[in-house]
Amino acid sequence: MSKQTINKPEAWGSRIGLVLAMAGNAVGFGNFLRFPVQAVQNGGGAFIIPYLVSLIILGLPLLLIEWSTGRFGGKLGHHSTPFIMGSMNRKMIWKYVGVFGVFSNLAIASYYCYMESWTMSYVYHSIMGTFDGMSQHQVAGFFDGYLEIGYSTTGIPFEAIIFFVFCIALNTWILSKGLSGGIEKVAIYGVPLLIVFGIFLAVKGITMKSGSMGAVFDGVEGLNFLWTPKYDSLLNPKVWMAAAGQIFFTLSVGMGTIQCYASYLKEKEDIALNSMSAGFTNEFVEIVLGSSVIIPISVGYLGIEKVIELTGLGGLGLAFRTMPFLFEQWGVILSALAGVAFFGLLFIAGITSSLAMGTPVMGFLQDEFKWKRKPSALAFGVIVLILGLPTVFFFKNGVFDEYDYWAGTISLVVFAMLEAILFAWFFGMNRGWEEITRGADLKLPRFFKFLLKFVTPVVLIAIFIGSLVTPANDDWSKVSFKGWELSNTSILGQLSHKGIGPNKNYFANTFYSENEGVVDSIFILHHKTHVTVAPDSGQAGPEKTYVMSKKKTLLVKAGDKVVIGQPLYSGNIVNNIFLIDMARLLLASLFLTISLMVFIAHRKQKLQKQ
Amino acid sequence: MNTSAIVLISLVWISVTWLTVYFFVKVLTKPKKPEPDSFTNNDDID
Repeated sequence: MSKQTINKPEAWGSRIGLVLAMAGNAVGFGNFLRFPVQAVQNGGGAFIIPYLVSLIILGLPLLLIEWSTGRFGGKLGHHSTPFIMGSMNRKMIWKYVGVFGVFSNLAIASYYCYMESWTMSYVYHSIMGTFDGMSQHQVAGFFDGYLEIGYSTTGIPFEAIIFFVFCIALNTWILSKGLSGGIEKVAIYGVPLLIVFGIFLAVKGITMKSGSMGAVFDGVEGLNFLWTPKYDSLLNPKVWMAAAGQIFFTLSVGMGTIQCYASYLKEKEDIALNSMSAGFTNEFVEIVLGSSVIIPISVGYLGIEKVIELTGLGGLGLAFRTMPFLFEQWGVILSALAGVAFFGLLFIAGITSSLAMGTPVMGFLQDEFKWKRKPSALAFGVIVLILGLPTVFFFKNGVFDEYDYWAGTISLVVFAMLEAILFAWFFGMNRGWEEITRGADLKLPRFFKFLLKFVTPVVLIAIFIGSLVTPANDDWSKVSFKGWELSNTSILGQLSHKGIGPNKNYFANTFYSENEGVVDSIFILHHKTHVTVAPDSGQAGPEKTYVMSKKKTLLVKAGDKVVIGQPLYSGNIVNNIFLIDMARLLLASLFLTISLMVFIAHRKQKLQKQ
Repeated sequence: MNTSAIVLISLVWISVTWLTVYFFVKVLTKPKKPEPDSFTNNDDID
C-alpha cells in the first residue's frame, strides 16, 4: 500500500513530528542566551522558584488555551488568529485582536532572521577557522565589524546582508514545502540534533577543570554561581516579573504560532498530552541544557566578576563577542567542533522558531485570500526582507531594539492577556474546558480550570500594568499613590522617549554627549571615528562609544572632561530618535495594513453568506 | 558546589527531565486514533 501525499489539504505527517515542531517553535535563542542571564541577574538559583510558579499559573494554562483554540478554529477552516478568535466570539473586535497573531510574527521574524543569519555565519567562520589566534578583544571587534554593513570580515562584500538574504530564502523554501514536507522534517532532524549539540557542550562545560586547556576555574563553579539561591531576592517584585517574562518568551505563547500549528489537528485529537510534551521538552532544553553551556564555560575562563559584567550587556554579546574566543582555548579541532555545535544549535533553535512564524502568515493568506502555498511563502519572505532591512542597516541606532520591544515583547503580553480573557470569559470556561479535555490522552488536574478562569487572566493583566508603568531601576518599593519615576523601558516611558538624552531633534548640526566622564580614547575603526567617553575615577555611570563618519568635525580631544549635553561633534546629523520613530511608524503601518486585510476578508465572507 | 545549590539543581533537573521523558514516552506509546486522524503518515490508499 502506498501513502497518500497529493491533493490533500495541509496536514501534519505524524504525532511525533507535531510535538517536535511545537517544541522547536518554543526552543529559541532565549533558552541558551536569555534564561541563564536572567537567572544570574535575578537571584541565581532562587530565580527558579518564581520561574516554576509562573510556568504553572501562566505558561501551561496559556499552552492549553492556544492549543485548544487553534484546534477549534481549524475545525472551521481557519489557521490564523484573526479568524480563529473571530470563530470563538461574534464580536468583530476579536478579529482585530487576532491581528496581533499575524503582526508579531512578521515583525519578529524580520529581526529574528537577522540573528539567525549571524549564527549561520558563525558556523561558517568556526569551520573556516576565522577565530583561530584572535584575542578576546579581536573576537569582540569581529562581531562589531560584522554589524557594520559596509565592512567585510572575510572579503565577502556586504557579508551580513548576504547571510541575511540567504537565511530568509532558506526559510521561504522550507515553508513552501508545507507542514509535513518542510517544517516537520526540519523539526524531526533538527530538534534531536540540537539536544545532542547541547549535551556535548554542557558536558564539556561542566567537566572543565582549572589549569586544563587554559581554564582558570572549574566549569562547575559556573553552575554553583548560577544555582546558589539568594532567597531574599524572592521578596523583590522585579524577580517575579522577570520570571513571568521568561516563561512567556520561552514557550512562544502570545504569538499565534501555537494556534496555527494546532489548527491542523482534527477535533478528537489529543491536546493535553501533546502540549505538555512539547512544553516540557522546551523546559528541559532551557533549564538543564541552557544553564549548563554559556555560564559554566565563561566562568571557567573569565571568572565570576567578569561574567557578571558581561551578562549586564545581555546574552547576545556573551554568545557572539566572547564564546568563539573561549572555544579557541580548546585547540583547533575541538574549537571548530564546539563552534559548530554552539552556533549550530542556536541556528536550529532559530530556524525552527522562524518557520513557525511563517505559518500563521501563510495560513492567513491561504484561508482568507485563497492564495496558494508557494506564493504565500514567497510573500512572507519578501515582507520579512523588507521589514528586516532597517534592522540590518540601523542595528546600532536602536531600530532592532525597537522591533524587539514593540513586536517581540509588548505585543505578546497584550495578545496573551486578551486571548486569556476571551477564552475564560467570552468563549466560556465550560466550553473551553471541554475543548481542552476532548480526546485527551492525559487527565489534567481540575485546578487548571480555576487557573484558566481566574488566575491566568489576572496575572496577565498585572504583567501588562506592570509593563505600562514600570518604576525606574525596577524599584517597586518606590511605587506610591503620589506617583513615581518611570523606567525608560516602561511602555509609557518608551512612548514619551524617556531616556533618549540630549539629542532630541530628528536632524541637527551638533551631536551632544549622552553620558558623563572623560574622553577615554579616539580611534578609527572600519573607516569611522570612534569616541569613547568613560566615567572618570570615582564616577558612576555607563561607558559609551560614539561613532561618527569622517565628514563630521570632532569638537573634543582625548582627556577632555565631558558632561551630558556637551557638544561632541558637528556636521549634518540624523539622530537615532528619527530612526526610532520611523521604525515605530513602520510597525504601526504593518498593524493597520493587516487590520485592513482582516476587514476586507470579513466583508468578503459576509457578502458570500448573503 | 555548595549544598543548597546541589539540592536545588538536583531537585529541578531530575523533576524536569523525568517529566520530559514521561510525556515524550507517553506520546510515543499511545495507540493511534482511528481514521480519519490528523496525521498523513497513517493514511492509506486502497
